[in-house]
Amino acid sequence: MINIVWAIVFVLVAPVIGGLVVGIDRKITAHMQGRVGPPILQPFYDVGKLFEKEQTVVNETQIFYAICYIIFMIFTGALFFAGGDLLLVIFALTLAQVFLVMGAFAANSPYSYVGAERELLQIMAYEPMVILAAVGMFVATKSFNVSEIASTTIPVVLLLPGIFLGFLYVLTIKLRKSPFDISTSHHAHQEIVKGVTTEFSGPSLGLIEISHWYETVFLLGFVYLFFGFNPLIGVAAVIIIYLLEILIDNTNARVKWQLVVKSSWLIAAVVSVVNLAALYYLSGGVP
Amino acid sequence: MEGGYLVQTTQLLIFLILFPLIAAFFLLLAKKDFERAWIVKLSALAIGIASVYLLISTYNKGALLMSAIPAEPTGIVMFILGMLIAVFILYLGIVYKKWLVVALILVQSAVMLYFELVFAHSVHVQSNMFMDEFSIIMALIIGIIGSLICVYSLGYMKFFHEHHPEMPDRRPWFFAILFLFLAAMFGLVFSNNLIWVYFFWEVTTLCSFLLIGYTKTEEATNNAFSALWMNLLGGVAFAGAIIYLAMFGNGIMGMTDLLASGKIIALIPAALIGFAGLTKAAQLPFSSWLVGAMVAPTPVSALLHSSTMVKAGVFILVRLAPIFQSTVTGYMIAMIGVLTFLIASGIAISQSNAKRVLAYSTIANLGLIVACAGIGTYEAIWAAILLIVFHAVSKSLLFLSVGTVEHRIKSREVDDMNGLIVRMPKIAAMMVIGIAGMFLAPFGMLISKWAAIRAFIEIPYGFLFVIILAFGSAMTIYFWAKWMGKIISVTSDSKNIEGEVDHSEWAALVSLAGLSFITTLVFPLLSTKLLEPYLMANYGHVAQLSQDNIIIMILMLLLLIILPLSILIPQRKHKHVAPYMGGRTTTHDMRFSGSLGVQKKTVLSNYYLHEYFGEKKLRTAGIWICSAIIGIMFVATALRGVFL
Repeated sequence: MINIVWAIVFVLVAPVIGGLVVGIDRKITAHMQGRVGPPILQPFYDVGKLFEKEQTVVNETQIFYAICYIIFMIFTGALFFAGGDLLLVIFALTLAQVFLVMGAFAANSPYSYVGAERELLQIMAYEPMVILAAVGMFVATKSFNVSEIASTTIPVVLLLPGIFLGFLYVLTIKLRKSPFDISTSHHAHQEIVKGVTTEFSGPSLGLIEISHWYETVFLLGFVYLFFGFNPLIGVAAVIIIYLLEILIDNTNARVKWQLVVKSSWLIAAVVSVVNLAALYYLSGGVP
Repeated sequence: MEGGYLVQTTQLLIFLILFPLIAAFFLLLAKKDFERAWIVKLSALAIGIASVYLLISTYNKGALLMSAIPAEPTGIVMFILGMLIAVFILYLGIVYKKWLVVALILVQSAVMLYFELVFAHSVHVQSNMFMDEFSIIMALIIGIIGSLICVYSLGYMKFFHEHHPEMPDRRPWFFAILFLFLAAMFGLVFSNNLIWVYFFWEVTTLCSFLLIGYTKTEEATNNAFSALWMNLLGGVAFAGAIIYLAMFGNGIMGMTDLLASGKIIALIPAALIGFAGLTKAAQLPFSSWLVGAMVAPTPVSALLHSSTMVKAGVFILVRLAPIFQSTVTGYMIAMIGVLTFLIASGIAISQSNAKRVLAYSTIANLGLIVACAGIGTYEAIWAAILLIVFHAVSKSLLFLSVGTVEHRIKSREVDDMNGLIVRMPKIAAMMVIGIAGMFLAPFGMLISKWAAIRAFIEIPYGFLFVIILAFGSAMTIYFWAKWMGKIISVTSDSKNIEGEVDHSEWAALVSLAGLSFITTLVFPLLSTKLLEPYLMANYGHVAQLSQDNIIIMILMLLLLIILPLSILIPQRKHKHVAPYMGGRTTTHDMRFSGSLGVQKKTVLSNYYLHEYFGEKKLRTAGIWICSAIIGIMFVATALRGVFL
């Protein structure tokens, strides 16, 4: 069931793809704002520069948490692409995320502290929808294994239209895009004091940046699962959805955390109740 | 050979029940500290070894029914003791003018007296005691974790009385009740005769009442009585179940017979005993007694929350689960459980007192166990028993570390634990392990939650349970992570104030932290050797995790063990800077000049979100909803009982 080759491919290729996605994202964003924008390889130059800088810390434990964050983020993605159990993937993601939050808490600094609390609010906001997306996929395909969900011939997205929309809603949170970038933003242009990452600098900030690339690829992989029945449609859908996220990012102002939590929960509850109720009803009460 | 094995095991069970009683008796007599310390340590060791020996000697041998112990005169002795307890509670109720308690104990005693006079002679139970893999798991929890808590109490209670000279020092009494509690729990998990179960049930109610009220302050007394009336209400229901069985149950009075008798006879008594289980497991609307029990010394909370009392409640529900399976009664119990999980997790977010956070988290996790028991499929029961095990380990570790911290920083507030990793590194590490054990992969609680999700999906319209669980689970991440963040904040100017931790406290903490890792590591073994035979015998199916997933979990666990060791690798020193303070000049201990040149200290506090997760609002809603569901449960049970 677990395919080690795919895991290794993910570990090696994902940062390249992730970095390119971010580079393209910045280019498109710039064009939307009437700017020329940086070269597409700019994210790699940025991270390269971060690693050349001197490591300054508030205390040494921050580096430990940054390393744990990237290790478990890679672990999450590798497990996902190896075709592992989707729920276990989600739990590993939570573990990785908690390490980032701990890194922010560890600095004992007001700005990163607020960032950490808000990051936790974000986790609380998206977690139910992500778990329920996995549950929806199980109901649709009778399996939690990514390998089986990805290779199914069942048009998952047609069975889970509500859950798919709900997942797209929280995807904006996960990609750290406006209007839901309440703990730290995807782009540097918005502020210098960037929430959870305030006290990270130099190489440790570089690690967090690379983790974000890994995470982006993993999330796009998750989106693909809804379209696994047809790889062509799947890849097209992933591209369209990412473009949509860029559009949303550039046309919305950041909202308050209250709205993020409330709206994500409301949407998660409504779409999953309606969607799952329909699926259970159609299959006579049991999945 | 076989007969010898049976006799030997019977003797071992009786030893486990009676030995703590003997220890309790001597503890009552021991007035000197060192005498008490030796009795407690040696008895704890003996109980721990005996429970492990029980596991080893019954390895792979399956369930056993024991008919060696005659029902009489044991039954008469229990009846007389039960009546003495009733008189004692009646007396206290009258003295303290707690009329609800008086009324409940009168009803309960009247019912039991009626039973004894009219039906007792017509009831015959073939085997009064029994033992299977589930009882062994419970015995291990009681015998190891319960004993460790008793050992920990030695150091804690000494410190407690040194620092609270105004409280009467009733330690002999305290320790005697702790061991009595263990005896009652052993009795409860090994009894097959429901009258015996009922007797031990009432003893645990009494013990918790006495321990909660230990300090005799007004608050403690009130909370003890509040715990008492709720549990007595459950006791009345339990007595009702016994009477029902005596009247309509064709003389069935053994747990195994009840399970074998089919839903038509068993459903009504199971619902009544299940209701008793809900009160004992502090489910909504009865959750407030467990929160009130926080006034007791911390080891008491640890004991009530991890290895005794509330575990008795879920134990009985899990035992009865085959009866609840796919009935309206079962679904209603499951709904109460999962709603309790959701609501209690929400309330925990708004709590700033560490012990109250722990209390609400216990209520929430018990809710999950109750939900699994109500659903009653083999997968759900697999999840339920794992939850019982892992929760006992992590929660006792957390309570005991909070107790130790509380004595040093003189506070139970989560916000006061800022920078604990600097001030008390060793205990902070224990706490972090405990918290991680409660909500992070790959530790046991998360495995169990995962199993619960899978179990819920499979039942008719189970998506409702899954959705509630998903939301509750998101809330647990929030309140645990923000607490953990407080602990691991590095306040570089704080001093290490850990000092000398009492060696008995230390021994218990280290053992429990070790158990957190060991239980997660050996969990596949626990599953194949104990859980699967139990499920096979009772449900004809086994639940398990796939090999791949187990390997991945162990990989994660090893990563989590290895990564912290990376701190030991010598590194070049990095440049240290002060935290960013918006460009203000800051001293290294985070003081900055405010307006008018006043020096201000930076104080960081968690979010508690009272507006959304306020205790009062959520609890009131929970009480109403869950009371209504209990009502529906009884109506549905009665209808089914009448029409089928």
